[in-house]
Amino acid sequence: MRFKMTDQTYRLELKNIVKSFPGVMAVRDVTLAAYFGEILALVGENGAGKSTLMNILSGALIADSGMILLDGNEVRITSPRRAQELGIAMIHQELALIPQMSVAQNIFLGREPLQVSGILVDTKKMQADAQVIINQLGLDFAVSAIISDLSIAQRQMVEIAKAISIKSRVIILDEPTSALSERESVKLFEMMHTLREQKVTLIYISHRMEEIFSFSDRIAVMRDGQLVGVEPTGNLSINSVVQMMVGRELKEFFPKTETEIGEIVLEAYGLRSGSRLKNASLFLRRGEIVGLAGLVGSGRTEIARVLFGADPLEAGEIIVAGQKVKIQSPEEAIRLGIGLVTEDRKAQGLFLRQSVRSNASITLFTKFSRFGFLQVKKIDRWIRSAINQLNIRTPNLEQHVGNLSGGNQQKVVIARWLALNPQILILDEPTRGIDVSAKAEIHNLMGELASKGMAILMISSELPEILGISDRILVMREGRLMAEFSRLDATQDKIMQAATGQLENAGINLNE
Amino acid sequence: MNKKTLQRFLSLVRANSSLVILLLVALPISLLSPDFLTGNNLLTVALQTSMIAIAAIGMTFTLITGGVDLSVGSVAALTGALAAGLATKSGLGTYPAILVALSAAALVGAFNGALIAWGRIPPFVATLASMAAARGLTLVYTEGRPISGLDKLFTFWSSDFHGIPIPLFVLIFVAIVAYIILHRSIFGNYVFAVGGNEETSRLAGISPIKIKFGVYIISALCAGLTGLLLTARLWSAQPNSGTGLELDAIASSVLGGASLMGGAGSVTGAIIGTFIIGVLTNGLNLLEVPSYNQQVIKGMMFIIAVLLDYLLKSRLKKS
Ligand SMILES: Nc1ncnc2c1ncn2[C@@H]1O[C@H](COP(=O)(O)OP(=O)(O)OP(=O)(O)O)[C@@H](O)[C@H]1O
Ligand SMILES: [Mg+2]
Repeated sequence: MRFKMTDQTYRLELKNIVKSFPGVMAVRDVTLAAYFGEILALVGENGAGKSTLMNILSGALIADSGMILLDGNEVRITSPRRAQELGIAMIHQELALIPQMSVAQNIFLGREPLQVSGILVDTKKMQADAQVIINQLGLDFAVSAIISDLSIAQRQMVEIAKAISIKSRVIILDEPTSALSERESVKLFEMMHTLREQKVTLIYISHRMEEIFSFSDRIAVMRDGQLVGVEPTGNLSINSVVQMMVGRELKEFFPKTETEIGEIVLEAYGLRSGSRLKNASLFLRRGEIVGLAGLVGSGRTEIARVLFGADPLEAGEIIVAGQKVKIQSPEEAIRLGIGLVTEDRKAQGLFLRQSVRSNASITLFTKFSRFGFLQVKKIDRWIRSAINQLNIRTPNLEQHVGNLSGGNQQKVVIARWLALNPQILILDEPTRGIDVSAKAEIHNLMGELASKGMAILMISSELPEILGISDRILVMREGRLMAEFSRLDATQDKIMQAATGQLENAGINLNE
Repeated sequence: MNKKTLQRFLSLVRANSSLVILLLVALPISLLSPDFLTGNNLLTVALQTSMIAIAAIGMTFTLITGGVDLSVGSVAALTGALAAGLATKSGLGTYPAILVALSAAALVGAFNGALIAWGRIPPFVATLASMAAARGLTLVYTEGRPISGLDKLFTFWSSDFHGIPIPLFVLIFVAIVAYIILHRSIFGNYVFAVGGNEETSRLAGISPIKIKFGVYIISALCAGLTGLLLTARLWSAQPNSGTGLELDAIASSVLGGASLMGGAGSVTGAIIGTFIIGVLTNGLNLLEVPSYNQQVIKGMMFIIAVLLDYLLKSRLKKS
């Protein structure tokens, strides 16, 4: 038995943690402690090493050196399983549930209660136990619901339920709100506060400053693999945190470039597809950034997908540059000059096991080729300039995209569309998981593209972003376009009201 | 051993794992049998191996898309039979006959591709069906009997040039063309993309259907070439030639690093993989292991190789 002289108010201490990957020093000598029952926010630019540090804590990665103390005792966390046994659970940036299985099955995956026989799963007990947790968290879906039928927000709640079911003392959430609407986020934070009351330590990573300042107790800032500061939230301001993150001052978060708005390039009438998109009409103009707001599941992504030919259009009409068109595949959409940055980068945006080079250049092959052969040099030159322009952090072009940090992965997807220079670019949650300075860069870029005559449709769940850069704002609810606001008329309240149905037919109603 | 050097060593091994396996197989054989490392024997290995390697290269294309082509053996037989039959009986001339036969192979490939790409039939099922159908066609066409009487123009392809078997040159030619297509052309890059993530590819403006259609044609053409070489070598078309070719081709591709899940594979890998199997078979023959036992050893060997590959991969991931 060893005795420790450490301060017992710390639940968790990380000491001198170092972790490097080939070509990258991801975490450099980080020392960080967390109290019993606190919400500690971890912030930093894309690639700063946040996920890596937390992966070390949750056993997904093993540190090169350093020490971890839990309740004052040194622990060796060699696997996710060991972390679970120690009461440390991590909810990943990309959710890790099995889509075909039920809520209860997912919560107890690998720890299914057995019947007396010791062989068969005691489904009744499993469902009952799951129900207790679901009730405790105040969730409104059934334990028998299949994961793939749940919204992303609900899936996140299932992950948390899972963490609670293993009696976790430390719960780490890696960008939990990046896929949630404002409202759903609030619900999540209420739940986090309940857990905090129960003395659970919560560490959460986020790029959303407003949120961090309203809900966290302390903020830890990382830059280039190092911890640059930890302070109680009250002692900090958004500006000071951003300054710590990027090492310099950032002037405006949502810079708006004024552009000349030109003629209409795309018109769509009465779009209908599947159960999510019922009736929507809209138009896009050259040089204009149109923001598409609405709750998650209101049919925004579906609009993007039918305009891009990714889903079949069941009714409605699309006119591009004055010509009525039938867009039956993304291939045709690209030929018409339409590009789409998808919302789910892992499933739809990236080839995770392939290099940064292939991922960034896949749409360029036809442009940079001769007689069917790739002009590798030209492609490389272009990619290098895109990497510079978007400030993508990667040791080289050969790196597997799956090894990049989340935000940098998103930038690779955006890079793919830049060289094609489409007339119409649709971006579905383009800055999800992207740090403040990169976000500003992407917004700048959108402004720049618009000023060159591109028509941009941006879907976003972040109202400040929508309000900040859109020239015109459309709001959807339950598969229908409910309202349209000009840049000057729009306010956060009006948009929320239109999105939740408290304000019927605001602005110019586009539906007959 | 020091951790860094061990790591570096492991990643070197991993990057060239198929070559390492080839050495691991060749080493004991060369120690046990003095005949192994003689020029004559090596040329025999090269001859036998090059023919299978061509089919393995084609197979690699389908594996990369996440599919498989079980019909290669039957397509090889069909192509050989058609070429021999047309060349000897129709008065069509040897080379036109070969061209017609290769077109027939491409047609079978297109049929597979259409079923898989447009019909959305799983590759395993579609090509299993055409494996039976093409074999049946071969038997119907040959009436179950070998077709012999090939002329010099035909048998030339199994002769040698200053001792080096012509099929080896054919393999080199096919390998270069395949390498350029797979690793340098748009089509090849799309093959990897579709195998890596079909939905992402579609949303990037690629048509996965066309790519899938294409790889089965390539696979069938390669199988057809193998069939022609086999025919040339036996101086006759055998209705049952090429049986089991699919297994050899799949095993070779996988030993050479192709993933059965799609998204990975290479032309050089396929060739090295075939040589692993070729050297092993040759060694077992030299050591006079009965052929039934050889089957068992080959099967085991394949499993060990795949396991080894998997272990090295996960070992590297952890560190
Ligand atoms: N498995 C890996 N192999 C190689 N490099 C890696 C691997 N995982 C992470 N990295 C690199 O380590 C650095 C830190 O990555 P990490 O994912 O921790 O960043 P992050 O702070 O979570 O960023 P984001 O906000 O974008 O999610 C990055 O440069 C990343 O490319
Ligand atoms: Mg991260």
